[in-house]
Amino acid sequence: MEVPILKQHHYLIATVQTALSDADLLHLRNALLQRVGEFRSRGVIVDVRALDVLDSFASRTLADIAHMIRLRGAETVIVGIQPEVAFAMTQLGLKLEGVATALDLEEGLSFLDKRVATGTAKLARPVSFKR
Amino acid sequence: MKRVGPSGQRQVRLRHKTVESERVLPGSGLSGSPGGIEVFPRPEKIRIPIGSDRDIVKARQEGRRVAGELGFSSTDLVLVATAISELARNIVSYAKTGEIDIRPIVNSAHRGIEIIARDEGPGIRDVDRALQVGFSTSAGLGMGLPGVRRLMDEFKIQSNFGHGTVVITRKWKN
Repeated sequence: MEVPILKQHHYLIATVQTALSDADLLHLRNALLQRVGEFRSRGVIVDVRALDVLDSFASRTLADIAHMIRLRGAETVIVGIQPEVAFAMTQLGLKLEGVATALDLEEGLSFLDKRVATGTAKLARPVSFKR
Repeated sequence: MKRVGPSGQRQVRLRHKTVESERVLPGSGLSGSPGGIEVFPRPEKIRIPIGSDRDIVKARQEGRRVAGELGFSSTDLVLVATAISELARNIVSYAKTGEIDIRPIVNSAHRGIEIIARDEGPGIRDVDRALQVGFSTSAGLGMGLPGVRRLMDEFKIQSNFGHGTVVITRKWKN
């Protein structure tokens, strides 16, 4: 099941809608890595609200996505981890260290807005610069 | 005459008792089956063959469904599903193929779910070491087996190096 990726201004929003196999997760990782360059995105939101299980492989892949996207020059935030899933992840010892998380899509967007604000301002200048 | 009288009364009483007990039986049958054992709508075991990452998803969804039918809390449903995911992943990563059995269980006080992961893969050379957090021979995080042990209530592993591994794990409903 492919995860739809929406382009919203400077951001990419991937909304997971069904249970994902390992192959689906790797496909999502590769698609985001490619599109962040294609659309010159500044931030990526991965919404995992619909996921009822985040096991070791899924956690590692989400962390990989965040770290790889950072190397591509953009920020990633994982949103929508359900309370039961957070509980199970902690029991398993999965902490998603070094990965930004937010409660929901709205919080994720405001996190990215703060995170990439300075970069956006710098980018805007040369456009209005005329001689 | 004297003898007939009491014996006749007795018969009547007996008949009355019989009738009474017949009347009571259907009611008690409805309120709970005798012995309280046949309480599960689906007591049979479900077996999911594991051979690819798709089967991991299938196994954890089945486990979640069975645990849901047993009335586990939403938190426990996720714990059970996550444990199955890790067990199935171990099979795919180390043994390539195997199977997961899921069945409802019951003891004197509780209902529960039993998950058995079985494979005929390479086995584990040092089971004690495999149960230590952080130990892994694959590219994983080494969370697999110790993680499953933390997620579930009972955990038993039997591994025959070179011949395969069986993990039996249970979670009881509170």
